[in-house]
Amino acid sequence: MDLVTISSNLLLISFIAYLVATLFFGGAIKKSKTEKAYHNSKWGTIGLVITIIGFLTHIGYFATRWIASGHAPLSNMFEFTTAFGMMLVGAFILLYIMYRTPSLGLFALPIAIIIISYATMFPREVTPLIPALQSKWLFIHVITTVIGESILAISAVAGLVFLVKNIDMTKKSKQRFWIEAVMFTLVLVLGFVVTSTTFKTMGYEAEFTYIDKNEAPAEITYHIPPLFGMNEYEAMTPGAMKPWVELPPIINAQRLTSLTWSVAVGAVLYLLLRLIARKPIAAVFQPLAKKANSQLMDEIGYRSVLIGFPVFTLGALIFAMIWAHEAWSRFWGWDPKEVWALITWLFYAAFLHLRLSRGWEGQKSAWLAVIGFVIIMFNLIAVNLIIAGLHSYA
Amino acid sequence: MSKITCQCGHENPYGTELCEQCGRPLSEKAKESDIVDMRYEGSSRRSQTYKSSIVDKIWNFFSSVKIGVGIIAAVLIASAIGTVFPQKFYVPASTDAEYAEYYERLYGVVGKIYYQLGFYDMYNSWWFKVLIGMLATSIIIASIDRVVPLYKSLKKQRTRRHPSFMKRQRIYGEGTIENTAESFAKAEEELKKMHYNVKTENGAILAEKHRFSRWGPYVNHTGLIIFFVGVLLRGIPGFYVDEAMWIREGETRNIVGAPGYVLENKGFTLENYTKEEAEEVFGAALDKVGSIVKTYRTDVTLYKEKEGSLPGSDNLEKVEDYAIVVNKPLKFNGYNVFQMDYKLDELKTMTFHLVEKSSEESLGEFTVDLSNPEKKYDLGKGASVNMLGFYPDYDGIKDGEPYSKSPVPNNPAFIFQMNTPEKPEGEKSFVAIRQTLEVEQNDYAIKFAAAETRNISGLTIRKDKTLYILLLGGLVFMIGVIQGMYWQHRRIWIQEGADGQVLIAAHTNKNWFSLRKELDKLRESTALPAYKDRQDPELDKPEQEGDEEIWT
Repeated sequence: MDLVTISSNLLLISFIAYLVATLFFGGAIKKSKTEKAYHNSKWGTIGLVITIIGFLTHIGYFATRWIASGHAPLSNMFEFTTAFGMMLVGAFILLYIMYRTPSLGLFALPIAIIIISYATMFPREVTPLIPALQSKWLFIHVITTVIGESILAISAVAGLVFLVKNIDMTKKSKQRFWIEAVMFTLVLVLGFVVTSTTFKTMGYEAEFTYIDKNEAPAEITYHIPPLFGMNEYEAMTPGAMKPWVELPPIINAQRLTSLTWSVAVGAVLYLLLRLIARKPIAAVFQPLAKKANSQLMDEIGYRSVLIGFPVFTLGALIFAMIWAHEAWSRFWGWDPKEVWALITWLFYAAFLHLRLSRGWEGQKSAWLAVIGFVIIMFNLIAVNLIIAGLHSYA
Repeated sequence: MSKITCQCGHENPYGTELCEQCGRPLSEKAKESDIVDMRYEGSSRRSQTYKSSIVDKIWNFFSSVKIGVGIIAAVLIASAIGTVFPQKFYVPASTDAEYAEYYERLYGVVGKIYYQLGFYDMYNSWWFKVLIGMLATSIIIASIDRVVPLYKSLKKQRTRRHPSFMKRQRIYGEGTIENTAESFAKAEEELKKMHYNVKTENGAILAEKHRFSRWGPYVNHTGLIIFFVGVLLRGIPGFYVDEAMWIREGETRNIVGAPGYVLENKGFTLENYTKEEAEEVFGAALDKVGSIVKTYRTDVTLYKEKEGSLPGSDNLEKVEDYAIVVNKPLKFNGYNVFQMDYKLDELKTMTFHLVEKSSEESLGEFTVDLSNPEKKYDLGKGASVNMLGFYPDYDGIKDGEPYSKSPVPNNPAFIFQMNTPEKPEGEKSFVAIRQTLEVEQNDYAIKFAAAETRNISGLTIRKDKTLYILLLGGLVFMIGVIQGMYWQHRRIWIQEGADGQVLIAAHTNKNWFSLRKELDKLRESTALPAYKDRQDPELDKPEQEGDEEIWT
């Protein structure tokens, strides 16, 4: 077995470990009758041990891939997103050891699992580094940013537990609508994973030529049935489905197609889940959040922002500027990715000020944490895939 | 304005909420509150006290956190809008009309509006700069408004606090214990073990730790201000150089923006990854995308003009040989020279034959150096070629004349006059790539034989004296956030009241959970009254909710 294969297998082991650990954290919540039992639960400890094993194999994946390729595996969407999942688990372990709350694990691990599944939908080949990425800063800048973002993400997880516990799911309200919207979004990501995996196993391919926005001819391959066609497309694969509509050159019809498929499949999944459960998804999870102490969840949410914010600043702004100066001759160039890192930073700065001086605690703070996570994910996914810039590596 | 004298005798500045020394509530608001607002220790802040003059109003506006967050939100939203479409500097256009056309062509009506509102150059717009200026002002004023009174009141705090202060703390407990003096001595010892600074004053204990963490926000704000100053300084001439230059292989040129320095380009190299060297690991990726660039490199020699030499003279002193690659700029005397761009295979020379058409016999060959063409090429035996016209970037005929759109030899064209012993008065011929035009039928022709090409490197020259100021700003900011966020200012008050009751209260600026853990630890070894966290009603419930409901 070569190193790359070993690396993939280690990642698979981590994935399974996180799944199993989630069940144990669930058990920890179910079995504990008192606050004390909840904190010192044996199930929770086993869950933690399995999580740590998964985290170690995850680091093993990272190390072996690094050895195989000769550079830190942080250079494309698959590698970056997988590392984000890894560090999310790492941040969770840190905060679990500090606060010992199984509910946090029950929500953090599934989110990490979804993120890793999402990562594996991108091309997984080991790619050599383009000149701009050949620097020691690749590792230093990216890993610090990823660690900062994952710790910040834990605050969203704590916020989610807080909200699922405290929002009254029996009455119609704005909050109930939005917490369900968060659940729906998570199901949509699953929809994307299901769609991509299905068509990948079927080996679906449809090639097209088209005219890009610079009026130059180009080629593209769809791996799912094309709903939308690129500007002035011509089908190259005989027998493949004909796109419904042709789109103008500034819209990437291939990506819009996969978004549409994901939303459609996700919506069907969501409806099925609703039919089975006969209540909102958030309400299904509510009993699992009930045992968490609201004050404690609020504090974990705040604490993780306090820990994550300086790390994020260091990685996503300071190290970023130093490297940008080395590689692109300027420390700041208003590239979309840079701007969105600044936006993330400004958002958490506002969060801290609102909390410190305006007393935004509890639900308001929890919602802000969730929005912060949305911004981080937007910068990770949308800025790479939709807004073109220097950071578009996917 | 008059001072407020507290019952304990301490004189407080006008506007104080809690007595600086004993903590008695002084304002109506503080007296009525159940849990007292401990932010800034209830000290007198200018912005909360003086509200009449115009200066007060401006001061109060910028010291407000609500306004500060508003400004942050405005910068955030403006920044986000700026990423919707590419900004001006990423657009291949130069005139206003071209920009307008670009946005409208690619993004339709929305793009047109985006252009007209000036969003296409968001970050250089006057109002974006005003917002940043307001943010900086807010940071300065809001910090001064808070840090001074906070410092004074933490400095003046007394160990014994008035019971009305203790009772209004979030963590509070009271009760009687058997041997007060012994417990207090034990508590003092235990608190010291937990790294508290302990002060005592007849029957009262104040344990305090990590007060320095309170200064974190002001330190990090100072860092941000240093950063802003650095950015402002870049506008001053001499602080900042940003130039670009193209240099051909074999050329030696003065470095733009760095007087006295000369650079020789000894060769530009573009390398791709090859399957052989890139091992089996990269094979799949290379198959998929075709080729991936490995290196852009310019080999250069840096020279410095000798001191005292006349400008323009060839009195050069070699400084160093260097290979400029991406991520490894050439550095000298505060300047950085970056590998930014390249052009491959620009024509350098072209070689031609002078041929007699009928016999196809060559009368000799000559080579035109495209960057420095000669007027006349002598081929010997009475034959020569005069160059009557040279059009390096030929782009058709304009007003009856051949037209060159740039001085770069992308598509060279020539008008030659061929002088031969047969036709001493000469024949004219227009020669371009794959094209020959003759005014009359000629006996002789110019035939293209060979060409030499060379690469060009695009280099960027930067000097930025503000970098160290910016770096210092970043460093101070990091120290500030770490100091403020990774430590908490905790205080525990334990005191014996007049009636023999023991009061215990505690405060932290954040992370109450950890403070409670320390209190619990203290109470394990020391007899002290039980306390309550009055903001956490769930804490003391023995049974948990929700047990029966879990997916049964």
